[in-house]
Amino acid sequence: MLKYRSLQKIADEAMKNNVSIGAYVLKDQAMQMETAEEKILEVMDRQLTVMEQAAVNGSAPGIRSMSGLTGGDAFRMLEYGKKNNTISGDFCSKAMATAIAVAEYNAAMGRIVASPTAGSCGILPGVLIPMMQEKKIDRQAAVIALVCAGGIGMVIANKASLSGAAGGCQAECGSASAMAAAALVEMAGGTPEMVLHAVAIALKNQMGLVCDPVAGLVEVPCIKRNASGVMIAITAADMALAGIRSVIPADEVIEAMREVGDSMPCALRETAQGGIAATPTAKMLTLQIFSKGEKK
Amino acid sequence: MNIFDIIGPVMIGPSSSHTAGAAKIGYVARKILAKEPVRAEIDLAGSFAETYRGHGTDRAIIAGIMGMKPDDERLPQSLAIAEKNHFPYTIRTVKIPKCHPNTAVVRLWAADGDSAEIEGASVGGGNILITKLNGMESAFTGQYNTLIIPHNDTYGVIAGVTQALAAFRINIGNFRLTRQEKGHQAIMTLEVDGDVSRELLTLLRALPNVLHAVYLHANE
Repeated sequence: MLKYRSLQKIADEAMKNNVSIGAYVLKDQAMQMETAEEKILEVMDRQLTVMEQAAVNGSAPGIRSMSGLTGGDAFRMLEYGKKNNTISGDFCSKAMATAIAVAEYNAAMGRIVASPTAGSCGILPGVLIPMMQEKKIDRQAAVIALVCAGGIGMVIANKASLSGAAGGCQAECGSASAMAAAALVEMAGGTPEMVLHAVAIALKNQMGLVCDPVAGLVEVPCIKRNASGVMIAITAADMALAGIRSVIPADEVIEAMREVGDSMPCALRETAQGGIAATPTAKMLTLQIFSKGEKK
Repeated sequence: MNIFDIIGPVMIGPSSSHTAGAAKIGYVARKILAKEPVRAEIDLAGSFAETYRGHGTDRAIIAGIMGMKPDDERLPQSLAIAEKNHFPYTIRTVKIPKCHPNTAVVRLWAADGDSAEIEGASVGGGNILITKLNGMESAFTGQYNTLIIPHNDTYGVIAGVTQALAAFRINIGNFRLTRQEKGHQAIMTLEVDGDVSRELLTLLRALPNVLHAVYLHANE
């Protein structure tokens, strides 16, 4: 049984058994949870359905968060994408729109899958849904990719952290992005080694990202970081699939990420006291949001 | 930890600690009362007090009190539902010295005048820690099957409870006893392996000097 403390170990086992990381994690989790593989796939399929519903609901033009700070950007992104002249292309604009939609729906008290957290809940749907819709990846492959992403997330949770309060945004959106990169490589048929390189590249690109939510709410800058997290996942996956290797192995990158998180000052770990949250505009918005509440 | 701790839980946003965890605290308070609540008082402290409107913490706790789970799609409308059901509640922001940053105190009353009070903290990722039960110190998370047994503080009550559990082959993983004052009311909190049956629960409630027995199932 896997201990989920080393990505290399998971990749080695998968390669030894001549299966993908997703398939190997699935087999291991069925064993550890004393259940059938089909049962795990069934629940994972339900999680994917919740993601799909959130993406649809969050794309409505009238979506507004509780604070009134955010909403409607997914709709904007989709409308812009329809004009077919986006810089990043059709697939990427859909991926960004999906990530924003799910993250905005979360801020509007919608039903989402914390994957790994609520603040980063748009990133995995942002790669899975466009892969099914645009690249015609079948649903079963997307569900296995989600299992692969979950396996990667468990290792990050064990070796570092998935919480913004503990490790900054690198731990939330960074981890989600690494998990999404892994899912993309898995869906594209890359090798377990390629999955690890994609994970390492994605994490390296968000190393040091601080958690600095305006007014302490999961909205600014979180929602847009879901969109950029998707883009980092896509670039990391494409690089890995091209055969580009991360010079630093994924397990070492995760350890570095833990050390960076540990040395992050408290003001930059979800306390809304530093970074974007401490800008003059953020302070003014914070006052507005809380005084609006008082009048109620 | 398993894969669904990472790809999950399914929850109503925006925050696992300020929304999902808050709903769980309300739900546990309802279970402790063990009757339909007819009135609620909620105190919010720390970051709960500062950000509850933006995170819907108030809606989440009220939803939990009314029996909704953290993934219930009615959760955002819970305040309107409470109003429609003529369920009166108050929400205050308070300062509790040395408490966890996300702490709530929930007081509930049933129609017959029975009441329950819990203090709970949302400790991250939707996980909670109940820190006080009816004014007495406590420490349980609801992640394990948990029995909460208020009883008269006298000899033999603990022995009676553990014997009953043994007869049903239920192993105790953790045991905690708190009391306000010698000879008054005390509370046993037991985390157990395996499932407590309705039959065992009835038996526990009938034991001498046991005032009540509440069972929280881990997956509830």
